[in-house]
Amino acid sequence: MTLRAGAKPLPPFERVIDLHGPTVLRFCAARVGSERAEDCFQETMLSALRAYEGVRDADAIRSWLFSIAARKAIDIHRAHASVPKPVEDLEPLADAHAAPALEDEIWARVRALPEKQRQAVTLRYRADLSHREIAEVMQTSEPAARRNVFEGLRRLRSKADAD
Amino acid sequence: MNSNNQTTDLDQLERSLRAGDELDPEAWTRIRDDLAGRADAAGLVDVAFERHDSPLGTMLIGATGEGLVRVGLPVEGEDAVLAELAMRVSARVLFASRASVADARRQLDQYFAGRRRRFELELDWRLTKGFRRSVLLATARIPYGTTASYREVATEAGNPKAVRAAGSALAHNPLPILVPCHRVLRSGGELGSYLGGPEAKARLLELEGSMRV
Repeated sequence: MTLRAGAKPLPPFERVIDLHGPTVLRFCAARVGSERAEDCFQETMLSALRAYEGVRDADAIRSWLFSIAARKAIDIHRAHASVPKPVEDLEPLADAHAAPALEDEIWARVRALPEKQRQAVTLRYRADLSHREIAEVMQTSEPAARRNVFEGLRRLRSKADAD
Repeated sequence: MNSNNQTTDLDQLERSLRAGDELDPEAWTRIRDDLAGRADAAGLVDVAFERHDSPLGTMLIGATGEGLVRVGLPVEGEDAVLAELAMRVSARVLFASRASVADARRQLDQYFAGRRRRFELELDWRLTKGFRRSVLLATARIPYGTTASYREVATEAGNPKAVRAAGSALAHNPLPILVPCHRVLRSGGELGSYLGGPEAKARLLELEGSMRV
């Protein structure tokens, strides 16, 4: 029996999937490309389920979940780092993969940003997190999170100009 | 680039970053099923549940590793039943296929078709304790097609005076139908209340041929 005296009870994990699952999958697709998005999603959700009963704050489930997803995305990047691929190869495969296809090249350009900016921009626009939540996920301050999003956007824009 | 255009540029950039294809519902279902299967195989699902269509409406059937722990009747509402399971058993509640639940669904179908009089299923009694559990254990022994009074059930559970407490135990039966609380009536033969609603109670008694018209 779970006793969380005084704390807001955790929702059934099924509802966490209903509520955040699709966004986690979209986030994964943006971070690691559609081809590996499903792996990233499955690993994130399994890790989350494993640790779920230890969650203290039912209101912070979203940022907690994206912290896990962000770590999994990094793991997947590292696992594939030994076989560097041109950015084009990370683009969606037309058929087999169900993750949202990110058709325009903008996400390929996001993936080429410096790590912190890339992460902040993805959390902001794919996971719809607030700056405060981004700060929680990235273990940084809210102003730093805001700055990373801003710098990322600035760089994307200047690259767009250069094209 | 003219600096006057920069705000527009930024808006456009933000819009394209937010844009994305909608998830294909079929693909999403497959991904979820895959997740549920993996989670259950890894022992991460404490309560697995499925929905089950019955003549009473869509029921919910939940099981732990020990057996069936909860049958939710349509009037109870899925959200309420899942939230209760999350609070009282474990928050690791997931929609997942399991043999124990499949078996219960099959037996319930047979019961509603009039082809089954007894359920042969493992039950997990953890959601009920003490006198309430004794009342439900006594209720589980009432044969198909017969009824008992609240007083009889209270007596059988070891306290003939606790008629009201017996009623309360039945009203909180976590395993309705499997533990046939619908077979307990008022002493005068009046239907009495039912956690699934009076119509459901009447319907079950009618099915069992014990409805006094």
